[in-house]
Amino acid sequence: MAVSRTEVWQGGTVVASRALTPEIRRIEIEVDDPGPVDPGVHVDVRLTIAGERDRRSYSIVDATDDGRRIALSVYTSPASRGGAAVMNALAPGDRLELTRPLNDFPLRPGADRYVLIAGGVGITAMVGMAASLRARGADYRVLYAGRSRPLMAYVDDLQRIHGERLSLHVRDEGTSLSIPAVVDGIPPGTEVYVCGPIRLMDAIRREWMRRGRPVADLRMETFGNSGWFDAQEFTVRIPATGIEARVRPNQSMLEALEAAGADMMWDCRKGECGLCEVRVLGLEGDIDHRDVFYSERQKDARSKMCCCVSRVVAPAGGSAVVEIVTS
Amino acid sequence: MQQTVTAKLLDHPRNAWYVAAWDHEVGRKKILARTVAGRPLALYRTEDGRAVALADACWHRLAPLSQGTLMGPEDIRCPYHGITYDARGRCTSMPAQETINPSALVPSFPVVDRYRYVWVWVGDPALADPDLIPDMHQMTDAAWTGDGLTIHAPCNYQLILDNLMDLTHEEFVHSSSIGQKELSESEFVTSHTDTTVTVERWMHDIEAPPFWLKNMRDKFPGFSGRVDRWQIIHFEAPSTICIDVGVAKAGTGAPEGDRSQGVNGYVMNTITPETARSSHYFWSFQRNYRLDSQLITTQLRDGVHGVFGEDEAMLSAQQAAIDANPDYEFYSLNIDAGGMWVRRILERMLLAEGRDHAPAPRRGAQLVR
Repeated sequence: MAVSRTEVWQGGTVVASRALTPEIRRIEIEVDDPGPVDPGVHVDVRLTIAGERDRRSYSIVDATDDGRRIALSVYTSPASRGGAAVMNALAPGDRLELTRPLNDFPLRPGADRYVLIAGGVGITAMVGMAASLRARGADYRVLYAGRSRPLMAYVDDLQRIHGERLSLHVRDEGTSLSIPAVVDGIPPGTEVYVCGPIRLMDAIRREWMRRGRPVADLRMETFGNSGWFDAQEFTVRIPATGIEARVRPNQSMLEALEAAGADMMWDCRKGECGLCEVRVLGLEGDIDHRDVFYSERQKDARSKMCCCVSRVVAPAGGSAVVEIVTS
Repeated sequence: MQQTVTAKLLDHPRNAWYVAAWDHEVGRKKILARTVAGRPLALYRTEDGRAVALADACWHRLAPLSQGTLMGPEDIRCPYHGITYDARGRCTSMPAQETINPSALVPSFPVVDRYRYVWVWVGDPALADPDLIPDMHQMTDAAWTGDGLTIHAPCNYQLILDNLMDLTHEEFVHSSSIGQKELSESEFVTSHTDTTVTVERWMHDIEAPPFWLKNMRDKFPGFSGRVDRWQIIHFEAPSTICIDVGVAKAGTGAPEGDRSQGVNGYVMNTITPETARSSHYFWSFQRNYRLDSQLITTQLRDGVHGVFGEDEAMLSAQQAAIDANPDYEFYSLNIDAGGMWVRRILERMLLAEGRDHAPAPRRGAQLVR
């Protein structure tokens, strides 16, 4: 269950691409240098977005036993920063650069029980975990939440494989997840793995902490691309240097500041490490905290933000501006 | 199967149980730092006595957790910035922030307490089946008693397996205790399965060497005379060798199965690769007579410790000679049959793990990332 952070870049060839839902495409890639595909792994893909070299993380949904052929799922969100469009345009035969599998979200064997909670495209990280738990004969449940059944990928496969162990929670069918009830229903000694939008993760974490449950039993993975509010354009200013930037809905505040010439410090770029922290001097509108670094108390204080993922929002017609001090 | 050159340094399987420590070495007074199969571990016990093996490197800056502190029922605290982990390697606190980074964890390896040893699995944890632990029941079975020690041997683990699979070396390395010329002169029979190798040797109607004469007199005071002597070597993959040894009054039926007129011991050996050129060699001498005598237990342990010191000196010299003569190869003899079957089994295990049997690079070599 080693955590693998050593990046080994390699090439791959797209061998298949098809739509699973109106918003999600499945892309299969033959990799040049296969690595072990353990439950919870992802790959980082090198992309050129609007002329800039960038990278995106995608969970591996499934793979052949030898790890040579891997499948990713690409979700095109309304606030997509351009990665999805590049991925969606890939056709069989196209080459791309990607890492060997990385794992920040390993599945630990040996717990009494497991509950996997997936929201939307977060299911991609759970498909392999659930298959692995089933193969080991573990006691597990999968909770899969989505807005509408036609938008939920892999439902039929999961039902066929996991049967009663899978429960679907579909908003437009009136069966949404009740987070307090879910947390209450999880017995001690259960390991919980959550992957999904920040609202789901925040809500589960809040209920978990409120009940004093062991923090180590709750595992979350986020790629830092979802918020409590829709992304909108806002202005960021650094009075000390005179730098000012407009942050478009499809870019992060960190990216906008870098493009404007600010020398920024950062590491994970997905709202986990807290290294990109900026202090808030002035604020018009409100902060949409999209990170998992700050506690509820710190988020409510509105005095700092993780600029790699978090944003500023304002009511319709209002201005959204933040003045900051950088490290 | 293609004939390959006999490897002078064999890599070790990772998907296997290895002994990390004696049970008494792992506790709460001190965190034990020990490298098993190339993996540095921090070993300790929870308040309820469960053994824990974590990677000996904090997630944050890789500081050694073994220099840290045990906290609460099961946690360990990094000595550098105070980040704590539970027995599963999950981060439980980060003192300098109000939340815990969701990626933070250190690998926690499967552990089983069995046969007075703490066994660890450093390979794929999904494959860590406790039923795969080699049979060493004489270590804890009420019909047997004994004790042993650990040798930190400066050689590749395979050289120790070679040493134990061919006991004709006793005549030359252990001439004052268990060696005698009949070892080389007698026939031996080798057999194997997919995971085990057995080498059986009987020496009929011989003088008892000093070590065995003393043991006979412990059970049969004043014994003198000739004996039938046996050595039945049982190897179980990847690196456990239990040797059924003993002597009985000559002609009293020991070769046919009646050992009542003799003394029987089991030399328990389990070897844990540390690096390509060092090994933890855990041994014990068990016996099934005079179970009440701690004096005999201590005398046997001290006697075998002396004998094995001679092996250690030879293995150390052999490894040095191998390294000093990189252009020379190994050759094999008929007496190597047991050891060569061991190599065959290990090489197949390595192939099954998708690795060839080339040795790990010399320590300190810079691997290009």
